[in-house]
Amino acid sequence: MKEICAWSAIGLIVLASTTGDVLLSYSMKRVGHVGELWKHCGVLAAIGRVLATPTFALGLMAMGVAFYSLLFGLSWGNLSLVVPASASLTFVANAVAARIFLHERVGRRRWIAALLVAGGVVLMAV
Amino acid sequence: MTFRKYLVLAGITVFSTAGDSLLARGMKDLGGVSLHSLSTLLLAILNPWVALGILFLLTFFACYMSALSWADLTYVLPATSLAYVLVALIGHFRLHEVISPTRWVGIALIAAGVGFVAAGPSVTPSHERRNSQSAPRDIVSVEVKS
Repeated sequence: MKEICAWSAIGLIVLASTTGDVLLSYSMKRVGHVGELWKHCGVLAAIGRVLATPTFALGLMAMGVAFYSLLFGLSWGNLSLVVPASASLTFVANAVAARIFLHERVGRRRWIAALLVAGGVVLMAV
Repeated sequence: MTFRKYLVLAGITVFSTAGDSLLARGMKDLGGVSLHSLSTLLLAILNPWVALGILFLLTFFACYMSALSWADLTYVLPATSLAYVLVALIGHFRLHEVISPTRWVGIALIAAGVGFVAAGPSVTPSHERRNSQSAPRDIVSVEVKS
């Protein structure tokens, strides 16, 4: 029972943080190059443009859900299981989601990198 | 541009590591926070370590958002994992913690993964995205023209 709770929390963390990352990335692509915006319109206009993007708020909310799922998961499982498991699965899930929803070109180079980083994160926690 | 790009990626790594360490340092002063004293969490901001940590994490978030505005998510994300490596190296060289061989392998894997991505292109050209809706809108040039 305890394990089911821990793993469903891990699933929730991966789902929420992937959703958040994809939404934030999508909003920033809509806003455009922040550095250029800053140069042409000033820093307040750049920040305002970001905050006015509806998907940005949604992304922040998803990140909040991910954070509370992490707290929930930590109350059920060990730190050494929940954190590396969710972090490494998030890297792989993000590569899949970025390809499907953001239409990023995830070539062989990026797949290998996602798997290397995911494996590395697990080994760091062992 | 390339130099500035790596500067922002380095900022993501450094500020998230520093922010997390400062938060951890500050929360140690407060001790365990029970569910009955949630107001302690609000007052935690008054602790100078926590305040500085939040400031660093805000800077990290600004760097992260700025990077996402000109690079792919799959390009930026591996850079955030360098924070794990940085924490381990700080622990090893400053605090003289012992790093096991497995962790050294983990560090090598993460570093290799980040190097793999960083050497490649940072953004998918907009004409290659199948859905033109998700292509970046060039707000700046539109505004400059108008």
